[in-house]
Amino acid sequence: MHDVRVAGAGLTAFGHTPERTSRDLFAEASITAFEDSGVSREDVEALLYGNFMGELSEHQGHHGPLMAEAAGVQAPATRYESACASSGTAVRDAVMRIRNGEDDVVLVGGAERMTNLGTAGATEALAIAADDLWEVRAGMTFPGAYALMAQAYFDEYGGEHEDLAHVAVKNHENALSNEKAQYQSAIEIDDVLEAPPVSEPLGLYDSCPISDGAAAVLLVSDDYASQNDLDAPVRISGTGQGGDRMALHDREYLARSPAARDAGEEAYADAGIDASDVDVAEVHDCFTIAEVLAIEALDLESVGEGISAARDGRTTADGDTPVNLSGGLKAKGHPVGATGVSQIAELADLLSGEHPNSEFVADATTGVAHNAGGTVASATVHVLEVVA
Amino acid sequence: MSDDESAVQDAGFDEWLDAAESGEAYALECPNGHGSLPPRRVCPDCGATDLEEVPLPDTGEIETFTVTHVPTPAFEEDAPYATAIARFGPVRLTGQVVGTDLETVENGLEVEIEITVSETTGERVLGFSPA
Repeated sequence: MHDVRVAGAGLTAFGHTPERTSRDLFAEASITAFEDSGVSREDVEALLYGNFMGELSEHQGHHGPLMAEAAGVQAPATRYESACASSGTAVRDAVMRIRNGEDDVVLVGGAERMTNLGTAGATEALAIAADDLWEVRAGMTFPGAYALMAQAYFDEYGGEHEDLAHVAVKNHENALSNEKAQYQSAIEIDDVLEAPPVSEPLGLYDSCPISDGAAAVLLVSDDYASQNDLDAPVRISGTGQGGDRMALHDREYLARSPAARDAGEEAYADAGIDASDVDVAEVHDCFTIAEVLAIEALDLESVGEGISAARDGRTTADGDTPVNLSGGLKAKGHPVGATGVSQIAELADLLSGEHPNSEFVADATTGVAHNAGGTVASATVHVLEVVA
Repeated sequence: MSDDESAVQDAGFDEWLDAAESGEAYALECPNGHGSLPPRRVCPDCGATDLEEVPLPDTGEIETFTVTHVPTPAFEEDAPYATAIARFGPVRLTGQVVGTDLETVENGLEVEIEITVSETTGERVLGFSPA
């Protein structure tokens, strides 16, 4: 089996650029990834590209060839759509292609244009990740779905809104040095508690922003990296994917995410590690409660204990296992189709010492990236390790 | 969404709303006792294909809820409104809580199914009202 290396990465700034097309966003991210990696465009054998709402926001389907063209690569291209886990699933397939020898160089990316829809339009577009007949038509929004999970969590395990506020404060703090982040601004607990409600108990500062942006990584085989003398010190050593029933009400648990647990167990076994080996994590904190559910699913915290992790400093930058040193979706932003790849990019930089927050994980060798779709009906987990 | 959307039914789902409006809401159940909702040909838990309609109990219990202030455009005039997940026998349902003050909605509240309409679009909406 061939080993998979992260040869380079590129991100656009995440934020509010409603006039920019996704093809322009992805072109920018891909240029950075090629410059960062030293890989030449003609060596790319496939583009795997994540996007969720292009039909709604840009009246555009069939993104694969459009994005290959935008990136200047002559390679077959396929779009991946798994709601907010779209580009996580693209990364997973790229890893498997390289491992089995099918390809040596794969460009993996994703982009989303969202802010041109406005808040109501983006809320409507995001809602299509839920069951249209049985959830959306009853008035459930995505913040509403996570609010239902938060309320169920409080009821089952305890906790309160202030615990969640610590997640938001932490992730804003982490984003202060991230020049790609949508929000580079510190917030206080009271800002979160006093913010306008979106879906109670979640308020404006419990929610990730609506974002435009793109991400690209070049994944290569270890053979290709050595033959081309690439600086690629981080490998993807584990991959996993989990699935669950589409509608939240059809799940066994309303306050857990078994799809992420399954993905994590598979990725850890694949990498030959367990949760105690994880030094740093980037998780899918589309809402503050989502980070709690994610770190429990990844077994970084016991079920029912994750609610206190940020408040008690276990997941802060100087904690035992820092979570979302990039700022997470909460502060960095969440251009849906780009998120899974952007997590790989941030984590590779954190592990290789090239991230503004690398100082907090100077001895780290192992990181984990968790990308979730819908109310975690889809999840991917990847383990990244520094090559010894 | 076209202007004709309301004219075209979603087979299985709209019949279920019709039945619920007549007080005859049902779940689908497989021989192994797994409950599910239509339209459905295969039990999502075990793959059984002989699904039969079983009546839902008259009342269910709210297991979690939220009050939504930022809706999709289809519920613009309805906000703020409460959405809940309630257990009715072999299935849970997601619905809009109507017929009570938002402050009184809580876990454990006993509710019955009430098909209501969106104040914004006039479309039918699966709702719950206190039993």
